[in-house]
Amino acid sequence: MRPGTSSSGARRAAIIVHSGDLDRVMSALILGNGALAMGLETTLFFTFWGLLRLRRGGLERAPLSKMNLLGLGRWLMQRRMRRAKVASLARLLEDYRALGGKVIACEMTMEVMGLKREDLQQEWIDSYGTVGTFVNEAKDAAITLFI
Amino acid sequence: MMVPKQSQTSDVAGTQEEGYPMSEVEPEISVDCRGETCPIPLVEFRKAVMRAEPGQIIEVVGTHGPSKEEIPMAVESLGLELIRIEEEGDETWHIFVRR
Repeated sequence: MRPGTSSSGARRAAIIVHSGDLDRVMSALILGNGALAMGLETTLFFTFWGLLRLRRGGLERAPLSKMNLLGLGRWLMQRRMRRAKVASLARLLEDYRALGGKVIACEMTMEVMGLKREDLQQEWIDSYGTVGTFVNEAKDAAITLFI
Repeated sequence: MMVPKQSQTSDVAGTQEEGYPMSEVEPEISVDCRGETCPIPLVEFRKAVMRAEPGQIIEVVGTHGPSKEEIPMAVESLGLELIRIEEEGDETWHIFVRR
């Protein structure tokens, strides 16, 4: 293994981002960044409500999983997070991409929700696929999570 | 945690540590993460590793407590060399790593 680069095999993390909630997507992105920092190859598979966050402007529209209160809760939480210097979803995704993290968009969800590739932030997405693609990525992973 | 012998002690800047006089730990890359919280110090450290050439020394300075423990974990996981950890005041730390 070359120092400073990731190796193959079990040094891999595969995370399903099923939720589109701000707090859960944030957890997924923080975990993804952490896995990359530790030298694991990392894949995030965005499906169902999670995929909506990859729509144009989708990161800014993420609601809270609890106490969203028609957006008031989200606004308060974002303000508190800014004060605590917690990185935004956009910054976390940008870092995740800069560290070589992979993003897969679920094509089945795209069909169900009537989303075309041009509706999504295509520059964030490495590949499009369904369950087989994810399982192929996850089969040798040391860390698999469903968020 | 398995870490190189010379990294187990923390000392103040300016002192000479076994095998690593200060003149030998002049970092080629310096990353300032003071005031940043999880996961930014870890992420910025990893970016610096990607920028560094083999053998180059990276310095990360920060104030986030858990990152002082976790960056050395990433150093080990990445197969890099932890040179030293220095404390400055109550919360600031400097971590020196060789790519």
